[in-house]
Amino acid sequence: MKKEDQQSALKETVITIRGLHKSFGGLPVLQGIDLDLFKGENFVVLGRSGSGKSVLIKIIAGLLKPDAGTVNVLGQHVDLLNDKELQSLRLRLGFIFQSSALYDSMTIRENLEFSMVRNFKTLSAKEVDHAVYEVLDAVGLKDKINAMPADLSGGQVKRIGIARTLILHPEIMLYDEPTAGLDPITCTEIIELINEVKTRFNTSSIIITHDLTCAKETGDRIAMLQDGHFTRLGNFGEVFDTDDIRIKRFFDYNFIK
Amino acid sequence: MNIKRTYIRIIDSFYWLIRKHRSDDGIFTHKLDRFFLETYDIHKFISRFFRELFTKPFEFREFIRQSYEVGVRSIPLITLTGFVIGVVFTRQSRPPLVEFGAASWLPSLIGIAFVRALGPLVTALISSGKVGSHIGAELASMKVTEQIDAMDVSAVNPYKFLVVTRVAATTIMIPLLMLYCTFVGMLGSFMNVHQNELTSFVTFFESAFAQVSFLDVSAAVFKSILYGFTIGIVACYRGFNATNGTQGVGRAANRAVVFSMFLIFAEELLIVQITHWIAAF
Repeated sequence: MKKEDQQSALKETVITIRGLHKSFGGLPVLQGIDLDLFKGENFVVLGRSGSGKSVLIKIIAGLLKPDAGTVNVLGQHVDLLNDKELQSLRLRLGFIFQSSALYDSMTIRENLEFSMVRNFKTLSAKEVDHAVYEVLDAVGLKDKINAMPADLSGGQVKRIGIARTLILHPEIMLYDEPTAGLDPITCTEIIELINEVKTRFNTSSIIITHDLTCAKETGDRIAMLQDGHFTRLGNFGEVFDTDDIRIKRFFDYNFIK
Repeated sequence: MNIKRTYIRIIDSFYWLIRKHRSDDGIFTHKLDRFFLETYDIHKFISRFFRELFTKPFEFREFIRQSYEVGVRSIPLITLTGFVIGVVFTRQSRPPLVEFGAASWLPSLIGIAFVRALGPLVTALISSGKVGSHIGAELASMKVTEQIDAMDVSAVNPYKFLVVTRVAATTIMIPLLMLYCTFVGMLGSFMNVHQNELTSFVTFFESAFAQVSFLDVSAAVFKSILYGFTIGIVACYRGFNATNGTQGVGRAANRAVVFSMFLIFAEELLIVQITHWIAAF
Protein backbone atom coordinates (compact mmCIF):
# COMPACT_ATOMS: atom_id res chain seq x y z
CA MET A 1 0.00 0.00 0.00
CA LYS A 2 1.34 3.43 -0.90
CA LYS A 3 2.08 5.90 1.88
CA GLU A 4 -0.64 8.30 0.69
CA ASP A 5 -3.24 5.51 0.68
CA GLN A 6 -2.18 4.44 4.18
CA GLN A 7 -2.52 8.01 5.28
CA SER A 8 -6.00 8.48 3.89
CA ALA A 9 -7.05 5.22 5.54
CA LEU A 10 -5.86 6.49 8.90
CA LYS A 11 -7.67 9.79 9.23
CA GLU A 12 -8.13 9.76 12.98
CA THR A 13 -6.17 12.75 14.28
CA VAL A 14 -4.21 12.48 17.50
CA ILE A 15 -2.83 16.02 17.45
CA THR A 16 -4.62 19.07 16.02
CA ILE A 17 -2.98 22.48 16.08
CA ARG A 18 -4.67 25.65 14.81
CA GLY A 19 -3.23 29.16 14.52
CA LEU A 20 -0.33 28.56 16.90
CA HIS A 21 1.73 31.64 17.73
CA LYS A 22 4.75 31.91 20.01
CA SER A 23 7.23 34.74 20.54
CA PHE A 24 10.25 35.14 22.81
CA GLY A 25 11.04 38.64 24.02
CA GLY A 26 9.07 40.20 21.19
CA LEU A 27 10.73 38.02 18.55
CA PRO A 28 8.09 35.93 16.75
CA VAL A 29 9.10 32.26 16.36
CA LEU A 30 5.87 30.53 15.42
CA GLN A 31 3.34 32.57 13.42
CA GLY A 32 0.20 30.63 12.71
CA ILE A 33 1.06 26.93 12.66
CA ASP A 34 -1.72 24.53 11.60
CA LEU A 35 -0.99 20.83 11.95
CA ASP A 36 -2.89 17.53 11.99
CA LEU A 37 -1.08 14.39 13.09
CA PHE A 38 -2.94 11.27 12.06
CA LYS A 39 -2.93 8.06 14.03
CA GLY A 40 -0.05 5.77 13.09
CA GLU A 41 1.69 8.48 11.07
CA ASN A 42 5.27 9.75 11.20
CA PHE A 43 5.20 13.51 10.62
CA VAL A 44 8.56 15.17 10.02
CA VAL A 45 9.16 18.86 10.66
CA LEU A 46 12.18 20.20 8.77
CA GLY A 47 13.71 23.59 9.24
CA ARG A 48 16.84 25.55 9.94
CA SER A 49 18.30 25.91 13.41
CA GLY A 50 16.33 28.48 15.38
CA SER A 51 13.26 28.17 13.16
CA GLY A 52 11.10 27.06 16.11
CA LYS A 53 10.91 23.29 15.49
CA SER A 54 11.76 22.34 19.08
CA VAL A 55 9.47 25.08 20.41
CA LEU A 56 6.60 23.43 18.52
CA ILE A 57 6.98 20.05 20.21
CA LYS A 58 7.66 21.64 23.60
CA ILE A 59 4.29 23.39 23.28
CA ILE A 60 2.67 20.07 22.35
CA ALA A 61 4.18 18.48 25.49
CA GLY A 62 3.03 21.41 27.64
CA LEU A 63 6.57 22.53 28.48
CA LEU A 64 5.89 25.94 26.91
CA LYS A 65 2.69 27.96 26.77
CA PRO A 66 1.50 29.26 23.39
CA ASP A 67 0.79 32.97 22.95
CA ALA A 68 -2.23 32.23 20.75
CA GLY A 69 -3.86 29.30 19.02
CA THR A 70 -5.11 25.90 20.15
CA VAL A 71 -3.21 22.67 20.71
CA ASN A 72 -5.37 19.58 20.98
CA VAL A 73 -3.55 16.38 21.92
CA LEU A 74 -5.49 13.10 22.15
CA GLY A 75 -8.73 15.07 22.50
CA GLN A 76 -7.51 17.44 25.20
CA HIS A 77 -6.59 21.13 24.93
CA VAL A 78 -3.07 21.20 26.38
CA ASP A 79 -3.12 24.87 27.44
CA LEU A 80 -6.38 24.40 29.38
CA LEU A 81 -5.24 21.42 31.46
CA ASN A 82 -4.37 21.67 35.15
CA ASP A 83 -1.17 20.07 36.50
CA LYS A 84 -2.80 16.71 37.25
CA GLU A 85 -4.52 16.45 33.87
CA LEU A 86 -1.32 17.46 32.10
CA GLN A 87 0.56 14.77 34.02
CA SER A 88 -1.98 12.13 32.89
CA LEU A 89 -1.68 13.31 29.29
CA ARG A 90 2.12 13.18 29.45
CA LEU A 91 1.95 9.50 30.32
CA ARG A 92 0.55 9.03 26.81
CA LEU A 93 3.35 11.08 25.19
CA GLY A 94 6.97 10.14 24.71
CA PHE A 95 9.43 13.01 24.39
CA ILE A 96 12.96 12.29 23.18
CA PHE A 97 15.23 15.25 23.82
CA GLN A 98 18.00 16.25 21.46
CA SER A 99 20.54 15.56 24.22
CA SER A 100 18.47 12.57 25.41
CA ALA A 101 18.52 14.20 28.89
CA LEU A 102 19.26 10.97 30.77
CA TYR A 103 19.49 11.44 34.56
CA ASP A 104 23.26 11.31 34.88
CA SER A 105 23.30 10.44 38.59
CA MET A 106 21.27 7.26 37.97
CA THR A 107 22.07 3.94 36.30
CA ILE A 108 20.29 2.95 33.09
CA ARG A 109 17.94 0.71 35.09
CA GLU A 110 17.06 3.61 37.42
CA ASN A 111 16.57 5.93 34.43
CA LEU A 112 14.10 3.51 32.90
CA GLU A 113 12.28 2.72 36.15
CA PHE A 114 12.11 6.31 37.35
CA SER A 115 8.79 7.33 35.82
CA MET A 116 7.24 3.87 35.88
CA VAL A 117 7.56 3.22 39.63
CA ARG A 118 6.14 6.65 40.38
CA ASN A 119 3.18 6.49 38.02
CA PHE A 120 2.19 2.81 38.29
CA LYS A 121 2.50 2.07 41.96
CA THR A 122 0.58 -1.20 41.81
CA LEU A 123 3.25 -2.84 39.66
CA SER A 124 5.41 -5.43 41.41
CA ALA A 125 9.22 -5.29 41.25
CA LYS A 126 9.12 -8.29 38.90
CA GLU A 127 6.75 -6.52 36.48
CA VAL A 128 8.92 -3.39 36.48
CA ASP A 129 11.98 -5.54 35.86
CA HIS A 130 10.22 -7.25 32.97
CA ALA A 131 9.26 -3.90 31.43
CA VAL A 132 12.84 -2.64 31.75
CA TYR A 133 14.24 -5.71 29.98
CA GLU A 134 11.52 -5.52 27.31
CA VAL A 135 12.41 -1.95 26.27
CA LEU A 136 16.14 -2.59 26.55
CA ASP A 137 15.63 -5.54 24.24
CA ALA A 138 13.69 -3.31 21.83
CA VAL A 139 16.62 -0.89 21.59
CA GLY A 140 19.24 -3.67 21.68
CA LEU A 141 21.05 -2.61 24.85
CA LYS A 142 20.20 -5.31 27.39
CA ASP A 143 23.81 -5.56 28.53
CA LYS A 144 23.94 -1.88 29.58
CA ILE A 145 21.32 -2.17 32.32
CA ASN A 146 23.71 -1.33 35.16
CA ALA A 147 25.86 1.18 33.26
CA MET A 148 25.87 4.91 33.96
CA PRO A 149 24.86 7.32 31.15
CA ALA A 150 28.42 8.71 31.06
CA ASP A 151 29.69 5.25 30.06
CA LEU A 152 27.57 5.11 26.89
CA SER A 153 28.31 6.28 23.35
CA GLY A 154 26.21 8.97 21.63
CA GLY A 155 24.12 6.40 19.76
CA GLN A 156 23.55 4.30 22.87
CA VAL A 157 22.43 7.38 24.81
CA LYS A 158 19.85 8.11 22.06
CA ARG A 159 18.63 4.52 22.22
CA ILE A 160 18.24 4.63 26.01
CA GLY A 161 16.42 7.96 25.63
CA ILE A 162 13.95 6.23 23.32
CA ALA A 163 13.71 3.21 25.67
CA ARG A 164 12.92 5.50 28.59
CA THR A 165 9.85 6.82 26.83
CA LEU A 166 8.80 3.44 25.40
CA ILE A 167 8.55 1.90 28.86
CA LEU A 168 5.38 3.94 29.45
CA HIS A 169 3.88 2.68 26.15
CA PRO A 170 3.10 6.15 24.77
CA GLU A 171 0.65 6.70 21.93
CA ILE A 172 2.59 9.65 20.51
CA MET A 173 6.35 10.02 20.19
CA LEU A 174 7.97 13.45 19.89
CA TYR A 175 11.53 13.19 18.62
CA ASP A 176 13.73 16.28 18.89
CA GLU A 177 16.66 15.95 16.45
CA PRO A 178 17.06 12.17 16.92
CA THR A 179 20.10 11.91 14.63
CA ALA A 180 21.89 15.13 15.53
CA GLY A 181 25.57 14.69 16.29
CA LEU A 182 25.73 11.02 15.29
CA ASP A 183 27.89 9.31 12.66
CA PRO A 184 26.13 8.09 9.46
CA ILE A 185 26.00 4.43 10.53
CA THR A 186 24.55 5.23 13.95
CA CYS A 187 22.10 7.62 12.21
CA THR A 188 20.91 4.72 10.05
CA GLU A 189 20.46 2.56 13.16
CA ILE A 190 18.42 5.27 14.89
CA ILE A 191 16.29 5.74 11.74
CA GLU A 192 15.62 1.99 11.68
CA LEU A 193 14.74 2.12 15.37
CA ILE A 194 12.26 4.98 14.80
CA ASN A 195 10.52 2.95 12.10
CA GLU A 196 10.58 -0.17 14.27
CA VAL A 197 9.06 1.73 17.20
CA LYS A 198 6.23 2.88 14.93
CA THR A 199 5.32 -0.65 13.82
CA ARG A 200 6.10 -2.53 17.06
CA PHE A 201 4.53 -0.08 19.51
CA ASN A 202 1.91 1.34 17.12
CA THR A 203 2.81 4.97 17.78
CA SER A 204 2.22 8.23 15.93
CA SER A 205 5.25 10.51 15.84
CA ILE A 206 6.43 14.02 15.20
CA ILE A 207 10.09 14.01 14.21
CA ILE A 208 11.99 17.28 14.37
CA THR A 209 15.11 17.21 12.25
CA HIS A 210 17.25 18.91 9.64
CA ASP A 211 18.67 15.60 8.47
CA LEU A 212 17.01 14.89 5.11
CA THR A 213 17.95 11.20 5.13
CA CYS A 214 16.13 10.83 8.43
CA ALA A 215 13.18 12.80 7.03
CA LYS A 216 13.02 10.71 3.86
CA GLU A 217 13.34 7.35 5.61
CA THR A 218 10.98 7.98 8.51
CA GLY A 219 8.44 10.55 7.33
CA ASP A 220 5.00 9.72 5.97
CA ARG A 221 4.46 13.46 5.60
CA ILE A 222 7.01 16.23 5.79
CA ALA A 223 6.57 19.92 6.57
CA MET A 224 9.11 22.66 6.02
CA LEU A 225 9.05 25.24 8.81
CA GLN A 226 10.20 28.66 7.60
CA ASP A 227 9.47 32.17 8.89
CA GLY A 228 7.25 30.79 11.64
CA HIS A 229 4.89 28.69 9.51
CA PHE A 230 4.82 25.63 7.27
CA THR A 231 5.79 26.72 3.77
CA ARG A 232 5.75 23.22 2.24
CA LEU A 233 3.73 20.18 3.24
CA GLY A 234 3.52 16.75 1.62
CA ASN A 235 5.67 13.73 0.95
CA PHE A 236 9.42 14.05 0.43
CA GLY A 237 9.19 14.56 -3.37
CA GLU A 238 6.43 17.16 -3.08
CA VAL A 239 8.25 19.22 -0.47
CA PHE A 240 11.44 19.47 -2.51
CA ASP A 241 9.78 19.92 -5.90
CA THR A 242 10.11 23.68 -5.75
CA ASP A 243 12.18 26.59 -7.04
CA ASP A 244 12.46 28.14 -3.58
CA ILE A 245 16.19 28.74 -3.25
CA ARG A 246 16.24 28.19 0.50
CA ILE A 247 14.65 24.76 0.16
CA LYS A 248 16.91 23.88 -2.75
CA ARG A 249 19.98 24.77 -0.68
CA PHE A 250 18.67 22.60 2.11
CA PHE A 251 18.38 19.68 -0.28
CA ASP A 252 21.70 20.29 -2.02
CA TYR A 253 23.63 20.40 1.25
CA ASN A 254 22.16 17.15 2.54
CA PHE A 255 22.57 15.20 -0.71
CA ILE A 256 25.77 16.92 -1.96
CA LYS A 257 24.32 17.78 -5.34
CA MET B 1 -7.34 36.46 53.91
CA ASN B 2 -6.08 35.59 50.44
CA ILE B 3 -2.30 35.93 50.79
CA LYS B 4 -1.67 35.74 47.07
CA ARG B 5 -4.15 38.53 46.31
CA THR B 6 -2.74 40.71 49.10
CA TYR B 7 0.79 40.11 47.82
CA ILE B 8 -0.18 41.02 44.27
CA ARG B 9 -1.86 44.20 45.58
CA ILE B 10 1.32 45.19 47.42
CA ILE B 11 3.40 44.52 44.29
CA ASP B 12 0.89 46.50 42.20
CA SER B 13 1.18 49.43 44.60
CA PHE B 14 4.96 49.34 44.25
CA TYR B 15 4.57 49.22 40.49
CA TRP B 16 2.27 52.22 40.63
CA LEU B 17 4.95 54.11 42.55
CA ILE B 18 7.65 52.96 40.13
CA ARG B 19 5.64 54.02 37.07
CA LYS B 20 4.86 57.36 38.66
CA HIS B 21 8.54 58.15 39.20
CA ARG B 22 10.04 56.26 36.29
CA SER B 23 12.33 57.99 33.85
CA ASP B 24 12.21 56.96 30.19
CA ASP B 25 15.51 55.13 30.15
CA GLY B 26 15.99 54.52 33.85
CA ILE B 27 18.24 51.55 34.60
CA PHE B 28 17.28 51.90 38.25
CA THR B 29 13.59 51.34 37.58
CA HIS B 30 14.40 48.43 35.28
CA LYS B 31 16.38 46.82 38.08
CA LEU B 32 13.53 47.48 40.48
CA ASP B 33 11.13 45.79 38.06
CA ARG B 34 13.39 42.76 38.01
CA PHE B 35 13.72 42.82 41.78
CA PHE B 36 9.95 42.79 42.31
CA LEU B 37 9.39 40.13 39.69
CA GLU B 38 12.05 37.96 41.29
CA THR B 39 10.61 38.57 44.75
CA TYR B 40 7.26 37.39 43.49
CA ASP B 41 8.88 34.33 41.88
CA ILE B 42 10.66 33.46 45.13
CA HIS B 43 7.41 33.89 47.02
CA LYS B 44 5.70 31.48 44.62
CA PHE B 45 8.61 29.04 44.89
CA ILE B 46 8.40 29.02 48.70
CA SER B 47 4.58 28.73 48.73
CA ARG B 48 4.85 25.76 46.40
CA PHE B 49 7.29 24.09 48.79
CA PHE B 50 4.82 24.19 51.67
CA ARG B 51 1.97 23.09 49.41
CA GLU B 52 3.87 20.12 48.03
CA LEU B 53 5.51 19.16 51.34
CA PHE B 54 2.21 17.89 52.72
CA THR B 55 0.77 16.31 49.57
CA LYS B 56 1.35 12.74 48.43
CA PRO B 57 3.41 11.09 47.05
CA PHE B 58 6.35 11.53 49.43
CA GLU B 59 9.79 10.94 47.99
CA PHE B 60 11.03 9.37 51.22
CA ARG B 61 13.98 7.48 49.76
CA GLU B 62 15.32 10.59 48.00
CA PHE B 63 14.85 12.57 51.23
CA ILE B 64 16.99 10.02 53.13
CA ARG B 65 19.64 10.15 50.40
CA GLN B 66 19.72 13.94 50.52
CA SER B 67 19.84 13.94 54.34
CA TYR B 68 22.88 11.68 54.10
CA GLU B 69 24.48 14.02 51.53
CA VAL B 70 23.78 17.13 53.61
CA GLY B 71 24.40 15.67 57.06
CA VAL B 72 26.86 12.80 57.06
CA ARG B 73 29.03 14.11 54.25
CA SER B 74 29.40 17.48 56.01
CA ILE B 75 30.68 15.95 59.26
CA PRO B 76 34.42 16.04 58.44
CA LEU B 77 34.34 19.72 57.47
CA ILE B 78 32.14 20.71 60.42
CA THR B 79 34.38 18.75 62.81
CA LEU B 80 37.52 20.43 61.56
CA THR B 81 36.01 23.93 61.52
CA GLY B 82 34.27 23.63 64.89
CA PHE B 83 37.33 22.19 66.60
CA VAL B 84 39.75 24.77 65.21
CA ILE B 85 37.40 27.65 66.08
CA GLY B 86 37.05 26.27 69.62
CA VAL B 87 40.81 26.08 70.12
CA VAL B 88 41.59 29.45 68.51
CA PHE B 89 38.74 31.31 70.20
CA THR B 90 39.80 30.01 73.63
CA ARG B 91 43.45 30.76 72.99
CA GLN B 92 42.68 34.33 71.88
CA SER B 93 40.22 34.98 74.73
CA ARG B 94 42.47 33.80 77.57
CA PRO B 95 45.05 36.68 77.76
CA PRO B 96 42.55 39.53 78.31
CA LEU B 97 40.56 37.46 80.82
CA VAL B 98 43.74 36.53 82.72
CA GLU B 99 44.73 40.17 82.75
CA PHE B 100 41.48 41.04 84.57
CA GLY B 101 41.71 37.97 86.85
CA ALA B 102 38.69 36.43 85.20
CA ALA B 103 40.24 33.27 83.70
CA SER B 104 37.64 31.15 85.52
CA TRP B 105 34.97 32.79 83.33
CA LEU B 106 36.50 31.32 80.19
CA PRO B 107 34.26 28.18 80.03
CA SER B 108 31.13 30.34 80.49
CA LEU B 109 32.28 32.71 77.77
CA ILE B 110 32.91 29.77 75.45
CA GLY B 111 29.52 28.24 76.29
CA ILE B 112 27.60 31.43 75.61
CA ALA B 113 29.57 32.25 72.47
CA PHE B 114 29.15 28.82 70.93
CA VAL B 115 25.49 28.26 71.81
CA ARG B 116 24.28 31.76 71.01
CA ALA B 117 26.30 32.60 67.93
CA LEU B 118 29.31 30.59 66.84
CA GLY B 119 27.68 27.14 66.57
CA PRO B 120 24.65 28.18 64.46
CA LEU B 121 26.52 30.77 62.41
CA VAL B 122 29.61 28.70 61.64
CA THR B 123 27.47 25.67 60.71
CA ALA B 124 25.24 27.79 58.50
CA LEU B 125 28.11 29.50 56.69
CA ILE B 126 30.04 26.28 56.15
CA SER B 127 26.89 24.52 54.95
CA SER B 128 26.00 27.44 52.73
CA GLY B 129 29.35 27.05 50.97
CA LYS B 130 29.41 23.27 50.83
CA VAL B 131 25.77 22.22 50.59
CA GLY B 132 24.33 25.35 48.95
CA SER B 133 26.85 25.38 46.12
CA HIS B 134 26.43 21.62 45.61
CA ILE B 135 22.63 21.81 45.36
CA GLY B 136 22.73 24.98 43.24
CA ALA B 137 25.21 23.50 40.76
CA GLU B 138 23.52 20.08 40.64
CA LEU B 139 20.04 21.45 39.90
CA ALA B 140 21.38 24.06 37.49
CA SER B 141 23.26 21.38 35.59
CA MET B 142 20.07 19.28 35.44
CA LYS B 143 18.16 22.32 34.23
CA VAL B 144 20.52 23.25 31.39
CA THR B 145 20.83 19.63 30.21
CA GLU B 146 16.99 19.37 30.13
CA GLN B 147 16.88 16.64 32.80
CA ILE B 148 14.28 18.62 34.74
CA ASP B 149 12.14 18.96 31.59
CA ALA B 150 12.62 15.22 31.02
CA MET B 151 11.13 14.53 34.46
CA ASP B 152 8.25 16.85 33.66
CA VAL B 153 7.39 15.15 30.37
CA SER B 154 7.64 11.70 31.92
CA ALA B 155 4.83 12.69 34.31
CA VAL B 156 7.03 13.02 37.41
CA ASN B 157 6.84 16.21 39.45
CA PRO B 158 10.45 17.51 39.44
CA TYR B 159 9.72 20.07 42.13
CA LYS B 160 8.66 17.37 44.55
CA PHE B 161 11.52 15.05 43.71
CA LEU B 162 14.31 17.63 43.56
CA VAL B 163 13.28 20.64 45.63
CA VAL B 164 11.07 19.35 48.44
CA THR B 165 13.49 16.56 49.37
CA ARG B 166 16.55 18.82 49.37
CA VAL B 167 14.96 21.68 51.31
CA ALA B 168 13.51 19.26 53.87
CA ALA B 169 16.93 17.62 54.24
CA THR B 170 18.77 20.91 54.84
CA THR B 171 16.05 22.12 57.24
CA ILE B 172 16.38 19.00 59.37
CA MET B 173 20.10 18.24 59.08
CA ILE B 174 21.56 21.71 59.66
CA PRO B 175 20.19 22.02 63.25
CA LEU B 176 21.71 18.60 63.97
CA LEU B 177 25.00 19.70 62.46
CA MET B 178 24.80 22.87 64.58
CA LEU B 179 24.47 20.81 67.80
CA TYR B 180 27.39 18.67 66.68
CA CYS B 181 29.50 21.71 65.74
CA THR B 182 28.78 23.33 69.14
CA PHE B 183 29.84 20.16 70.93
CA VAL B 184 33.03 19.75 68.88
CA GLY B 185 33.90 23.44 69.28
CA MET B 186 33.50 23.23 73.04
CA LEU B 187 35.56 20.05 73.02
CA GLY B 188 38.36 21.94 71.27
CA SER B 189 38.01 24.70 73.80
CA PHE B 190 38.08 22.21 76.69
CA MET B 191 41.34 20.72 75.39
CA ASN B 192 42.94 24.15 75.41
CA VAL B 193 41.58 24.98 78.86
CA HIS B 194 42.62 21.58 80.21
CA GLN B 195 46.12 22.05 78.81
CA ASN B 196 46.51 25.33 80.74
CA GLU B 197 44.42 24.93 83.89
CA LEU B 198 43.99 21.15 84.18
CA THR B 199 40.20 21.67 84.43
CA SER B 200 38.26 18.39 84.35
CA PHE B 201 35.80 17.60 81.57
CA VAL B 202 32.75 17.71 83.88
CA THR B 203 33.80 20.97 85.58
CA PHE B 204 34.42 22.62 82.22
CA PHE B 205 31.04 21.69 80.78
CA GLU B 206 29.20 22.53 84.02
CA SER B 207 30.77 25.99 83.98
CA ALA B 208 30.18 26.37 80.25
CA PHE B 209 26.44 25.65 80.53
CA ALA B 210 25.92 27.50 83.83
CA GLN B 211 25.19 30.75 81.99
CA VAL B 212 23.34 29.20 79.03
CA SER B 213 19.57 29.51 79.32
CA PHE B 214 16.76 27.54 77.72
CA LEU B 215 16.04 30.58 75.57
CA ASP B 216 19.61 30.50 74.25
CA VAL B 217 19.35 26.85 73.23
CA SER B 218 15.87 27.15 71.72
CA ALA B 219 16.86 30.31 69.81
CA ALA B 220 19.94 28.50 68.47
CA VAL B 221 17.86 25.53 67.31
CA PHE B 222 15.19 27.78 65.82
CA LYS B 223 17.66 29.87 63.86
CA SER B 224 19.46 26.76 62.62
CA ILE B 225 16.17 25.47 61.27
CA LEU B 226 15.66 28.83 59.56
CA TYR B 227 19.23 28.82 58.18
CA GLY B 228 18.78 25.27 56.90
CA PHE B 229 15.56 26.22 55.16
CA THR B 230 17.19 29.36 53.72
CA ILE B 231 20.20 27.47 52.35
CA GLY B 232 18.00 24.78 50.79
CA ILE B 233 15.39 27.05 49.25
CA VAL B 234 17.90 29.60 47.89
CA ALA B 235 20.11 26.90 46.35
CA CYS B 236 17.12 25.10 44.82
CA TYR B 237 15.62 28.34 43.50
CA ARG B 238 18.89 29.37 41.86
CA GLY B 239 19.47 25.92 40.41
CA PHE B 240 15.90 25.41 39.25
CA ASN B 241 15.89 28.72 37.39
CA ALA B 242 19.37 28.50 35.85
CA THR B 243 19.85 29.56 32.23
CA ASN B 244 22.70 30.07 29.73
CA GLY B 245 24.42 26.67 29.72
CA THR B 246 27.55 25.93 31.71
CA GLN B 247 28.06 29.59 32.53
CA GLY B 248 24.63 29.53 34.15
CA VAL B 249 25.62 26.53 36.28
CA GLY B 250 28.58 28.41 37.77
CA ARG B 251 26.47 31.51 38.27
CA ALA B 252 23.71 29.53 40.00
CA ALA B 253 26.17 27.91 42.41
CA ASN B 254 27.80 31.26 43.13
CA ARG B 255 24.51 33.08 43.67
CA ALA B 256 23.22 30.26 45.87
CA VAL B 257 26.14 30.80 48.24
CA VAL B 258 26.25 34.59 48.17
CA PHE B 259 22.50 35.11 48.50
CA SER B 260 22.04 32.52 51.25
CA MET B 261 24.98 33.99 53.24
CA PHE B 262 23.48 37.45 52.93
CA LEU B 263 20.12 36.16 54.17
CA ILE B 264 21.76 34.22 57.02
CA PHE B 265 23.43 37.39 58.30
CA ALA B 266 20.18 39.33 58.01
CA GLU B 267 18.30 36.59 59.87
CA GLU B 268 21.01 36.45 62.55
CA LEU B 269 20.68 40.17 63.22
CA LEU B 270 16.90 39.91 63.38
CA ILE B 271 16.85 36.89 65.66
CA VAL B 272 19.44 38.40 68.03
CA GLN B 273 17.19 41.45 68.41
CA ILE B 274 14.09 39.33 68.98
CA THR B 275 15.90 37.13 71.51
CA HIS B 276 17.05 40.22 73.42
CA TRP B 277 13.49 41.55 73.54
CA ILE B 278 12.19 38.21 74.78
CA ALA B 279 14.99 37.97 77.38
CA ALA B 280 14.17 41.51 78.58
CA PHE B 281 10.65 40.34 79.49
